[in-house]
Amino acid sequence: MNNKIAVRVENVVKSFSGGDSRVFALKGASLEARFGEILMIVGPSGCGKTTLLSVICGTLKFEEGKITVFDKDLGKMRNGEITRFRRENIGFIFQQFNLIPTLTAVENVSIPLILQGRPTAEAEKKARAVLEEVGLGEKFKSYPNQLSGGQQQRVAISRALVHEPRLIICDEPTAALDSASGHKTLELLKASALKPDRCVIIVTHDSRIYPFADRIVQMDDGHVIGHFDDHTQLQHA
Amino acid sequence: MLNIALKMLFRDSAKYAMLVCGLAFCSLLMCQQSSVFCGLMMWTTATVRNIGAPVWVVDAKVEQANEVIPMRQIEVDRVRSVQGVAWAVPLYIGIEQARLGDGSFQNVQVVGLDTGTLTGRPMNMTAGRIEDLRLPDSVVVDQVAVEKFRRKGIKIELGTTFEINDKAARVVGICRVSRSFLGQPYIYTTYDRALQYAKPSRKQLSYVLAAPMPGISAKELAARIDKLDGVRAIERDDLFWMTIRWYIKNTGIPISFGTVVILGLIVGVAIAGQTFYLFVHDNLRFLAAFKAMGARNSTLAAMVLAQAFSVGFIGYGIGVGLAAWFGNTVLAKEAPPFFMPWQVPAFVACVILFICSFSALIGLAKVMRLEPAVVFR
Ligand SMILES: Nc1ncnc2c1ncn2[C@@H]1O[C@H](COP(=O)(O)OP(=O)(O)O)[C@@H](O)[C@H]1O
Ligand SMILES: [Mg+2]
Repeated sequence: MNNKIAVRVENVVKSFSGGDSRVFALKGASLEARFGEILMIVGPSGCGKTTLLSVICGTLKFEEGKITVFDKDLGKMRNGEITRFRRENIGFIFQQFNLIPTLTAVENVSIPLILQGRPTAEAEKKARAVLEEVGLGEKFKSYPNQLSGGQQQRVAISRALVHEPRLIICDEPTAALDSASGHKTLELLKASALKPDRCVIIVTHDSRIYPFADRIVQMDDGHVIGHFDDHTQLQHA
Repeated sequence: MLNIALKMLFRDSAKYAMLVCGLAFCSLLMCQQSSVFCGLMMWTTATVRNIGAPVWVVDAKVEQANEVIPMRQIEVDRVRSVQGVAWAVPLYIGIEQARLGDGSFQNVQVVGLDTGTLTGRPMNMTAGRIEDLRLPDSVVVDQVAVEKFRRKGIKIELGTTFEINDKAARVVGICRVSRSFLGQPYIYTTYDRALQYAKPSRKQLSYVLAAPMPGISAKELAARIDKLDGVRAIERDDLFWMTIRWYIKNTGIPISFGTVVILGLIVGVAIAGQTFYLFVHDNLRFLAAFKAMGARNSTLAAMVLAQAFSVGFIGYGIGVGLAAWFGNTVLAKEAPPFFMPWQVPAFVACVILFICSFSALIGLAKVMRLEPAVVFR
């Protein structure tokens, strides 16, 4: 851990209009994520975790506050720039894996590279290498529905890592998995995703995986209510 | 990403098959029906195409090529007297009754060619010589006659004799020409003998065929002859289109074919549009994931367009291919007619292009509005 800040969120406000009322999902949230760490954002359902993750990666606009990712001020970037920034710097792991059912494992994994404009052959070669690293060397040509949940999640992890992004973002990565697979997934993330020049942010309310965090940010009702170095210090509502 | 887009499409076999079948069916329907329509229209101009003279002179009241209003014999000389006429010859065409050896009757179209020059003679003789029309009682029959007589159990070959209006006719040649709208066989003979076959009447000249001298266009000559009282002179291509326009305007043919073509269009739009909408809809989640991963809107748009137009292209290929095969094998017997000029596949291609654009547009509207943040939901 080198303590350099990768992501800084300062007093961010984000609301949604729901019919005639406004729902404030973030009410001035602040946090810092550093290179070389796994930061977990925890809190009850509906407290704004996913919203926070979305504004950090620029898929959602925010109304107030400031977000800097790798020294870039997201609030000052144009749409096209943000899209490109995501393409080059961010790896995604979604709750429902979001693997394309009609593409094989290796094709799914190669997508971030193809989006960057790399030739298919080169992209698939790299994708194979990453799949081998996560222990799916035999399953290149399998379609998602031929894989177990844990295997699908490993394909999703490979897809998040294949283009060597500096920020890896995971929303509830274990929600669809049993506890053994969830455990393995976190071990894998720790082993292959975490590097000194990278930052991993995981949103979860699965307390079984808290021990994998280097630091934990606790949220409640649109606010960050605490930073902790150890999950045993979490405040229980 | 286009590669990825096509894989996503082709491997979604159920929707892919549905899309291709819908578009293929639509193409087949439109192509086949349009071709039969064109075939029918070609039949209406069979006489013009078979005879092929550059300028046709008819009675002033004639509206299309299959309408014969007899003129006086003198009209041939009047046409010859017009400046710029290289030659002008009479042509007789009339429906007469042929009586076969077994006593049964068959309506035939007797074509009387100018006795001296045999102008308008059939180009494709499959047996015998056209010059033998100068022998007594001789006629040349077309393949339709051979076919029709064969069905009645009579074999036509060189030397076969039958009667036309009780006068003897002896076959000295067999030719292959375009068949006519009503399907009556063409029986070629000389102009003089045709008048003997025909029922006697004061006016018997059906057409005067004419050609311009070098340096004068056929249209120009037609305009000059047209100035004569009581006749109408029409250049060959003009007569061809005039006849087709007449059939389009005065018969229900275009309406019945048009209905089927529009039906094809509706079926295509409905099936392809709906299936494609479903396809895009089912993939929205993944397209949103692509967007989150940094795909530009233009990339996603290109993907949707590639998907829409590739099914269009494949469906079109299959549909037109089937129509062509259908035309060449099933309909090779010329009944019903089948004629596919390049305009037919071009027209169908435009329609398919329209359907695909329409479908893609529906998909695009959804994709453009897509919020990448929905992937986290
Ligand atoms: N697109 C949206 N439209 C309206 N309300 C939303 C939307 N996204 C989130 N919200 C609301 O914002 C709040 C926080 O949601 P979310 O960030 O998904 O919470 P969490 O991920 O912690 O469960 C919730 O009350 C939710 O209903
Ligand atoms: Mg959430």
